[in-house]
Amino acid sequence: MAAILGTVLDMRDVAREKNEADAAVAARVRKVDRDQRQTVGLPFVEEPRMICREVNVYYGDKHAIKNVSIDVGKNEVLAMIGPSGCGKSTFLRCLNRMNDTVAGCRVTGEIVLDDLDIYDRKVDVVPLRARVGMVFQKPNPFPKSIFDNVAYGPKIHGLAGSKSELRDIVEGSLKKAGLWNEVSDRLDQPGTGLSGGQQQRLCIARAIAVRPEVILMDEPCSALDPIATATVEDLITELKEQYTIVIVTHNMQQAARVSQRTAYFHLGDLVEVGSTDRIFTNPRHQLTEDYITGRFG
Amino acid sequence: MNEALCPLTDGAAMSSSLLIALILLLSSLAYWLGCRRAVALAQRPSAARLHSRPGYYGVLAGVWCGLPALLIVAVWHLAADPLLTRMAMNGVAAAKGVVSPDQVDLLVNDMRNLVAGNVVMHEVDPLIQAAADQYIGLQRLSDLALATVALATALAGVSLFLGRIRPALRARNQVERIVKIVLTLCSTFAVFVTVGIVLSVLFESIRFFQQISPADFLFGLKWSPQMAIRADQAGSSGSFGAIPVLAGTFLISGIAMAIAVPLGLMSAIYLSEYASSRFRAVVKPLLEILAGVPTVVYGFFAALVVAPAIRNLGGLAGLPVASESALAAGLVMGIMIIPFVSSLSDDVINAVPQSLRDGSYGLGATKSETIKLVILPAALPGIVGSILLAVSRAIGETMIVVMAAGLAANLTFNPLQAVTTVTVQIVTLLVGDQEFDSPKTLAAFALGMLLFAVTLALNVAALYVVRKYREEYE
Repeated sequence: MAAILGTVLDMRDVAREKNEADAAVAARVRKVDRDQRQTVGLPFVEEPRMICREVNVYYGDKHAIKNVSIDVGKNEVLAMIGPSGCGKSTFLRCLNRMNDTVAGCRVTGEIVLDDLDIYDRKVDVVPLRARVGMVFQKPNPFPKSIFDNVAYGPKIHGLAGSKSELRDIVEGSLKKAGLWNEVSDRLDQPGTGLSGGQQQRLCIARAIAVRPEVILMDEPCSALDPIATATVEDLITELKEQYTIVIVTHNMQQAARVSQRTAYFHLGDLVEVGSTDRIFTNPRHQLTEDYITGRFG
Repeated sequence: MNEALCPLTDGAAMSSSLLIALILLLSSLAYWLGCRRAVALAQRPSAARLHSRPGYYGVLAGVWCGLPALLIVAVWHLAADPLLTRMAMNGVAAAKGVVSPDQVDLLVNDMRNLVAGNVVMHEVDPLIQAAADQYIGLQRLSDLALATVALATALAGVSLFLGRIRPALRARNQVERIVKIVLTLCSTFAVFVTVGIVLSVLFESIRFFQQISPADFLFGLKWSPQMAIRADQAGSSGSFGAIPVLAGTFLISGIAMAIAVPLGLMSAIYLSEYASSRFRAVVKPLLEILAGVPTVVYGFFAALVVAPAIRNLGGLAGLPVASESALAAGLVMGIMIIPFVSSLSDDVINAVPQSLRDGSYGLGATKSETIKLVILPAALPGIVGSILLAVSRAIGETMIVVMAAGLAANLTFNPLQAVTTVTVQIVTLLVGDQEFDSPKTLAAFALGMLLFAVTLALNVAALYVVRKYREEYE
């Protein structure tokens, strides 16, 4: 524990240094060895919205996430990258306790949202998931009208006092998701009739409608074509102004385009965290370098 | 004499099954020959590549050998018997001085009985005996001719085909076309049978409506299907008003559905959304056993356990309860159809994609909100389908009602009284010896037609509801 605190303090010191100096140091120093298990880089930030400490996840006997500690800063986009099966989606699903629905899944460690320890026994997942929204890999609009899709969350949480208020929430959310102009004249049409990119933006609008603080995105563009992907990426950049976003992606260009910080996972270990620029130009850990240069993945 | 005839007729039956076996044997031989011939053709130095795998040539050879021959056997059997009978009976009717077709039929039947070796009640007429002997002789000749023609066709077919085999012959495409035709025939079989059933019921119903006006049947409030045996019999006029019977059907089915739909649907929701997989693995098959209990057994249960219990309870509450009540039958029927609703609905609910559940939970919905607002609407078409199947079962159920609800055609919606249903009336109308030209018997077909129309209307209505409210995922 003391050792970990030590590293934490070290990291804080390092964090004060300028990015260029950081990069210069990294360039001089030999790459961190492949077998080094400790997280390299800067996992902690000055103004965290979510704080994760020593998080472990087990699926039955399988140790899926190994001792991961990381912060998610306010109004930043944190990208999580790594090869398939490295645990990045699992870790993402811990942040709003979506893993609760998976049988045989056990989570230890501490995850704090603002001041709330979300794995505390007393915490109710329902309001938590309203604060930490989620967008999934495959667009999954409900088989309802576009309006009802967006109104679903506000309705169940009682966010709208009247019909007109609900209407305003729906309109506002669709506008924020950049979908309003495309669907304003057909709100009563089924959401499943939209194109893939529109469906995904509808799902984002649906998540925004419950006014979350954090939005988790699990490979939100992997089922979309390049044009729809570009639209969703622009949207993420806009949403960053109001929300904290954690995005899992397989696409390293996407991580580079939308995120400020990047975390690299490997077989359940959080290998390296740092500013996105630094990770992609100057990875410190051998595994990170291998992955982003395409030696495996 | 009769004993002597038996082996002969057996021999005839034997020879035709022997013939079919022989044809099948020949066509498997043809399969082998076809394969071999195709392989041999392909191995010739100058030969082109075979269009299809050798097996396809074999199958085609087998079809060429077997199919025409089997068709000949089938047609021959259909056509030969009337022809032979006519030849054997030629002149017999005239010699006996019989003119009316009914009496000719009687003579023919006598002859047939003799041929088949059945016990003949009266003295055997020498003329008929001669006709029977002639029939047997003709039949033997006909069998022999059939065997010759069929085998010759089989051999001709296979030799013709073997001569036609070329590497370029598109055997696979032809075999595939044959397979497609066979599949089409199989799938249309059920349709034709349904049409046949409907038509047979329809024609009998038309005969019924020639004697009883449709308005009386459809709107009559009294069901008492009695017919006079003598012209001067008192109180002989039957009344065929279907309303009380139909009302009884709806009453009992309604009670059954009121039991089965909530219980079945809720158990489906519990099993698919809440139950642990171990509990589910045990309980679901147990629930399905309910569907496997014979309805007669449910009938005992209804008549011997439930009906007396209801009567006693009613007695305690001061209510007059008939010893056979619609409630008893409906309750037990409801229990019987629970698994239809629960098992099918459970499957449909399970088929709703997990991504929809995740989406809902991800927005902070509770389990019950997710079930009510997302899963049930998405599963609605399937749930309605399962309920529909249960309704059809309830309307068509007979045994429980016979035993527990009685036969009295009371026009009432009081579930504590005895009522009767359409199916029960059909059974009582057709049990025992019946003359098939009296309205009493024909009424059964009219009732059947009515039942069919009602279930069809229910199906159409349910389809409409499903189309209107379905929420499609995909």
